[in-house]
Amino acid sequence: MITNESRRDFLKASGALLLGVHLPQALAQSPVKYFEPNAFVRIGADNTVTVIVKHLEMGQGTYTGLPTLVAEELDADWPQMRAIGAPADAKRYNNTFWGEVQGTGGSTALPNSYEQMRKAGATARAMLVAAAAEKWNAPANEIKISHGTLYWRDRRATFGQLAADAAKQKVPENVTLKDPKDFIYIGKPARRIDARAKSDGTALFTQDVKLPGMLTAVVLHPPRFGAKLKSFDAAKAKAIKGVREVVAFSTATTDGVAVLAADYWTAKKGRDALTAEWDDSNAFRLSSAELMDQYKKLAATAGASARKEGDADAAMKNAARTLEAAYEFPFLAHAAMEPMNCVARLDAGGCEMWNGEQFQTVDQVQVAKQLGLRPDQVKLNQLYAGGSFGRRANPKSDFLLEAAAIAKAIEGRAPVKLVWGREDDMKAGWYRPMYYHTLKAGLDAQGNIIAWKHVIVGQSILTGTAFEPMMVKDGVDATSVEGASNLPYAIPNLAVELHSPKIAVPVQWWRSVGSTHTAFATECFLDEIAREAKKDPFELRRALLAKHPRHKGVLEAAAQKAGWGKPLPKGRARGIAVHESFNTFVAQVVEISGRKIERVVCAVDCGVPVNPNIIAMQMESGIGFGLSAALAGAITLKEGVVEQSNFHDYPVVRMNQMPPIEVVIVPSQEKPSGVGEPGTPLIAPALANALLALNGKAVRTLPLGQQARFV
Amino acid sequence: MITLSVNDKRVEADVDDDTPLLWVLRDHLNLTGTKFGCGMALCGACTVHVAGEPVRSCVTPVSALAGKKITTIEAIGQSNPGKAVQAAWVVESVPQCGYCQSGQVMAAVALLRSNKKPTDADIDAAMSGNICRCATYPRIRAAIKRAARSLA
Repeated sequence: MITNESRRDFLKASGALLLGVHLPQALAQSPVKYFEPNAFVRIGADNTVTVIVKHLEMGQGTYTGLPTLVAEELDADWPQMRAIGAPADAKRYNNTFWGEVQGTGGSTALPNSYEQMRKAGATARAMLVAAAAEKWNAPANEIKISHGTLYWRDRRATFGQLAADAAKQKVPENVTLKDPKDFIYIGKPARRIDARAKSDGTALFTQDVKLPGMLTAVVLHPPRFGAKLKSFDAAKAKAIKGVREVVAFSTATTDGVAVLAADYWTAKKGRDALTAEWDDSNAFRLSSAELMDQYKKLAATAGASARKEGDADAAMKNAARTLEAAYEFPFLAHAAMEPMNCVARLDAGGCEMWNGEQFQTVDQVQVAKQLGLRPDQVKLNQLYAGGSFGRRANPKSDFLLEAAAIAKAIEGRAPVKLVWGREDDMKAGWYRPMYYHTLKAGLDAQGNIIAWKHVIVGQSILTGTAFEPMMVKDGVDATSVEGASNLPYAIPNLAVELHSPKIAVPVQWWRSVGSTHTAFATECFLDEIAREAKKDPFELRRALLAKHPRHKGVLEAAAQKAGWGKPLPKGRARGIAVHESFNTFVAQVVEISGRKIERVVCAVDCGVPVNPNIIAMQMESGIGFGLSAALAGAITLKEGVVEQSNFHDYPVVRMNQMPPIEVVIVPSQEKPSGVGEPGTPLIAPALANALLALNGKAVRTLPLGQQARFV
Repeated sequence: MITLSVNDKRVEADVDDDTPLLWVLRDHLNLTGTKFGCGMALCGACTVHVAGEPVRSCVTPVSALAGKKITTIEAIGQSNPGKAVQAAWVVESVPQCGYCQSGQVMAAVALLRSNKKPTDADIDAAMSGNICRCATYPRIRAAIKRAARSLA
C-alpha cells in the first residue's frame, strides 16, 4: 500500500512541478486529499477517481481500457474517471504475464490487467462501503452504489465525500468480482479519457518536456550500421551562435556525435555543420538485393524445425500434384509520428528520465549499465507516446542509452532532451526484419491438401536480447515463426523450418511481429491452392478449420457481413483471409475495383469485448498500418546505407487511400485478449487475394508498389 | 528580435530569420501543442493558421510572418469552428496516440471555414496532407461531417 506521503514525494521527485509547460490536469500536484486503497486507484476529495495505469498509452487505448475495469467494479460514474501513467516499479506495476517485468507489448495490456484492475476497483468499493456503513451505522450489505454515489435509505454520499473515511478502513484480503451479467461498463463503448487533451494540444508527449536549463541534443549517426567513430570536426558546429556543446558518445548500439543547444533549430544547424569520419571495417555493407540472394540460397538448405506433423517430404512425393511459391518481404520502419526522443537528467542520486516509456524494467537495467548505476537509480517518468508500434520497446534501449550517454558526456551540466529528426528516426534501424519464405503444398487427386512445407528465412529479433532464454528454443525464435508454426488448418503432413541469419542491421518487433509476414505467406498461398484446386477460398478455409471454432467464427462472420459469394459487378473482386495473433482471432474481406479499395470488412473475436469502441478503433488502425506496408512500405539498403529518409520516399497511407472499414465484433465469453496488433496482419493478404481473384495474378512480393496501384 | 502576432498576442523571440515558426512556437514561446513530425511539410503535424490559412510551420521561416496573424491549436478552440471540430473529435473518438491531431484539427477548421458542407472528395483534398500513423482517417472524416452539421 502506498501512503499519501510517498505518492506526493513521487510526484515532487518526478519533477512534474518543474516542467516549464502546462501539465495534463491529472499530473499536476493537487492539494486534494485522496484515498489510495492500492497502487492503482486514487479517489480524491474532489470526487475524481484516478487510475494509475502501469502501461504506456501509445494510441491503443489503455488509459481508457484499464479505467473501464476499475470503474466497472467500483460502480463509478464514467466522467469522474481519470488516468495517469505509473512510474517504473516492477514490484508494483509489472506486466502479470511477464513475471516481475514492467512493460507494454504483445497486446497484453488489457488481458494481463483484467482481473488485477477489477480487483483494485472492487477493493476500493469495499472500503468505501465500509466507510459508509460505519458513518451511517448501516449494514454494509444494504448499501448500494450507482454511478459514483453510495445509497442507504435516505442517506447518500459521493466517493469524494467518503474518501477520507475510506482511507481509514482495513484493506480487505478477498473481494468478490461482479457477475458478467451485471456489467455496466464492460461491453459498452465508453469514450476515451484522453480524447479531449489530444484534441486541444494539451496532451503531454516526451517532445513537449522542458526542464529548467535543459539542452536539446541533435545527433549525427554513422551512415552504416556497426560503424565506429574515427574522428570528427566540431569547429563549424561550434561556430554557430547558440551551440553549447559538441560531444561524441558511444552506446551498446551505436556511436555518434551530439550537438547541444537551448533549442532544436540551433542544435540541428550545428549537427548539419558537423563533419565526421567513420571506421566501416565492421560495418554492414550489403545491399538489400544481395541480402535477398543470400536468403534464397539459405532457403534451399535444411533449417531448424519449428513444427513437424507427419512427413511432409514423403507425402509430397506421393502427391497427385504440387504447388510452390516464394514470398519476399522488405525491412519496414515503424515511422511513429513522434520521432524517437528522450529526456535525461543526471544528478547525485542517479538518472531521471522522461519518456513515452514502454519497457521500464529492461530500460532501467540497460540505462543503469550504460551509466554505471543500479537499476533502481534510474527513475522513469511516463508520458504519452506519439505512436510506437513496437519501436519504443527497444530490446537494447537504443534511444534511452543515447540520451543517457549524451547527458553523461556533458558531465551532467544540463538536462538533455534527445530529439531525432524524421531522417534520424528512419535511418536508425530497428526495423521489421527482411524475410524470404518458400511454400510447397502437395494435393491429392481430389485437390485436398496432404502436405505443406514452409521455410522462413530472416533475422531473429530476440537472439542477443534478454528474451532469448525464454523465447528462442532449439534455434527457433518464436517471433520469427508465429502464425506459421501454429497454422490452424487440418493438414496431415506439415513442416515449418526456419533460418535465422545473423547480420548487423538492427531489427525489432513491429506491430503484430511475426504475423506481419507469416499471415501473408500462409493466407496468400492458401488462395493459390484454392485456385489450383478450383475451390472457393472461403469454403476451403472453413473446411480446414473444423476443429478451430474461433477461427471459423470470425471467418464466417466476415464472409456473411461482406456478402461473400454474392455476385459482384464486372471489374470487382473480393479477397478473404483469417489469422490468429496474440490470442485474438481476425478475419478480413477486402473488396476492390480497379484502383480502389471499396470496402474492408473485419470480424474480430478478442474474448469478452471490454470496449467495443476501442476494439473498432484498433481494428481500423491496424488495417491502416498494415495497408501502408502493403502498398508502399520498404526500407532498402544500398551498400549498407539506408535509402529512405522521410515520408516522401517512405510513403504511408493518407486520408485519400484509407478504405471504409466495417468491424464486426464476434460475441465471446473467453478471457479478453488484446487488440492493438491483431488488426494489422490481414489487410495485405486479403488485398492480395482480391487481386488474385480479379486478375489471376498472385502477389508474391511486398510492397505492392507498381504491381497494383491504389488511389 | 522578431515580433509576431500569435493567438492575438504580440510576442517577441530572439531567433535567426531562418528559424521555422514551429521551433519559435515550441522552444521559444512554450506553445507545444503544435507538433514536429517530419520537418519537410510532408506530414502536417505542425499545421497552424496564418491569416486563417493552414500553413506548415516546420518550413515557414519566421521572417516571412511579420505583421501576420498566427493562430495555433492552443487558441483555435476560441473560435466557433474550432470549438465544433474539437467537440466532434471527442464524440467520434478520433485521437489514438494523438500526436498528429493538433495538425488534423487545424486543417479541419481551415477546411470548414472555406467549405460549410465538405464532400468526401473535399475532405480527401483538404486532409490528405496530414498523416496519421494510427490511421484515424475514417473517424476524422466522420468528425468533420459532424462538425459541419453542428455549425450549419
